Amino acid sequence: MIFQGKQKIWSEYQKDIPEDHYFYVRSCIRQSFFPASEKTFLDIVKGELGKDFFETPHHTTCGGIAYHAEAVPQETMMTIIARQFALMTENGYENYVCSCITSFGLYTEVMEDWREFPELEAKIRENLWKATKREFKVPKYLAHASDIIYKFRNEIAERAKFRLVNHKTGAPLKVVEHIGCHYSKMFPSKGVGGAEYPYVLAGMIESWGGEVIDYPERRHCCGFGFRQYLVKANRGYSMSNTYKKFESMEPFEPDMIITNCPGCPYFLDRWQYVIAEQTGKTYGKDGYGIPVFTYEEVAGLVLGYDPWDLGLQTHQVAVEPLLDKMGVPYKPEEKYKGVGGKVIVPPEFPMNIKCC
Amino acid sequence: MGKLYDRLAQDYRVKEGLRACINCGTCSAICPAAEFYKYDPKTIMNIVQTRDDAQIEELLKGDQIWYCGECLSCVTRCPRKNAPGLVIMALRSMSIDMGYFIESEKGRQQLPLTRRMQNNILNYGYCVYPRTFHYKDHPEYGTVGKWINENMEAVYERLGAHLDQIGPGALRKIPQESLDELKAIFDVTGATHRMEVVEEASKKMAEKMGMTLEEYEQQAFDETSQEHLNL
Repeated sequence: MIFQGKQKIWSEYQKDIPEDHYFYVRSCIRQSFFPASEKTFLDIVKGELGKDFFETPHHTTCGGIAYHAEAVPQETMMTIIARQFALMTENGYENYVCSCITSFGLYTEVMEDWREFPELEAKIRENLWKATKREFKVPKYLAHASDIIYKFRNEIAERAKFRLVNHKTGAPLKVVEHIGCHYSKMFPSKGVGGAEYPYVLAGMIESWGGEVIDYPERRHCCGFGFRQYLVKANRGYSMSNTYKKFESMEPFEPDMIITNCPGCPYFLDRWQYVIAEQTGKTYGKDGYGIPVFTYEEVAGLVLGYDPWDLGLQTHQVAVEPLLDKMGVPYKPEEKYKGVGGKVIVPPEFPMNIKCC
Repeated sequence: MGKLYDRLAQDYRVKEGLRACINCGTCSAICPAAEFYKYDPKTIMNIVQTRDDAQIEELLKGDQIWYCGECLSCVTRCPRKNAPGLVIMALRSMSIDMGYFIESEKGRQQLPLTRRMQNNILNYGYCVYPRTFHYKDHPEYGTVGKWINENMEAVYERLGAHLDQIGPGALRKIPQESLDELKAIFDVTGATHRMEVVEEASKKMAEKMGMTLEEYEQQAFDETSQEHLNL
């Protein structure tokens, strides 16, 4: 087939994502802040779609956050990753899927480095053998978990109980999509749509009925910055970047934000709270913020999962305005309860931004 | 001239990230850190390209190399396929290995960072872990974060996590034999040595500054000077 012009360029940024049989590894940040999203991911791919996604309790951090905080050397990070690959190999898998964007960027970088510098791969193999007596094969295919939901976005749409549409007016909801920097900024060809036109989240939004908002700082970092957040003294950097994005998106009046990175939904949510508490400013209407979601949370809402099963009660910015627009039913009195309705004393209310 | 550069050039991140910088400044234009801090990745790339030991040593002892957020937006935009962010990472590693990091305020943050990250990985198998993520260190976690902190078992159970449990799942207890393997990897690949270097150099600097090591660590974690900011 002969492609012309834009069609040819676009074709270079598509990923041929395998359908099935993945070795799944989790994200440190997402397990801590969005554990229900990882559960939802597995519920969708295994439960709804009947795919084979295998997880071993022996997998660990990839060491990525420590590496980007300079707390461990590059060789350490690479050898931990080699151990993860060994676990994949030992369990008979060749497709590798990770929940974390920092991991995805590092796995991509490590595999590229080893291809370019074979002596480096040999050194890491030697390190791993010395430390663990393990050997590994490099994955045949590397995916980020959002690639998988993107691939099955239309199957999810076919099962939709709710859509990204205002159920009263029929108008598509206005959605900001925020892609984690390490998804495709380093290796554009490894992400759906590349770095200029990443389509992994936009594809989900369009498939589920929403309208993607383009705004000036759409590709700006959320501001994690690793040490710029991990160290208390540096957090002004982190908040300033989020502030810049919200000031830029505000005139477009988004109904929601959807992200595919572990840290981004946390920062875009929590810094809205800090901005509101420090300045009184909120970016939604009537004292609400703009609710921020992981892609699994949005997929779960579309499929009709209970919002509190999805973990939406752990957001600081209230999600209820979005649930009301979509027409998703929910029980406010259940929001902060434990398993089986166990009573937990609910959180305090912030001064300036509504959290429910 | 060139000895520090020769050492730096051995780092694969410099081999990957510094081919031939034309000093166009595109990296500085896209850089979130350059907007917030008195920071200019273009200048750093230029200094490295001069191969001048005195200037490189000044970088290794200064605050500038610690301003980058490692978002790597610069990699996308560089017209020469350089990666200033990777060169910064190599400079940081060299600054730590040579003990120069203690000379700058931002470099001294390496003590709390290395302690906390290595502790999380070696004891739990995670870089970030709820039992060491305290609201008092993270007030931005918000009222909901405080609620999660204070009701950890019940909240994580409700979210379907397996906090400290045996078997697969989010926040599972990672088996001891896997933690032992991480420790062996740390020993073989230099992470254990890095902790020793950071501890030793920080201890000397704390003495020089008239503080206990704990006071030094707390100051590095909590305090910052306004002079870093691009106001």
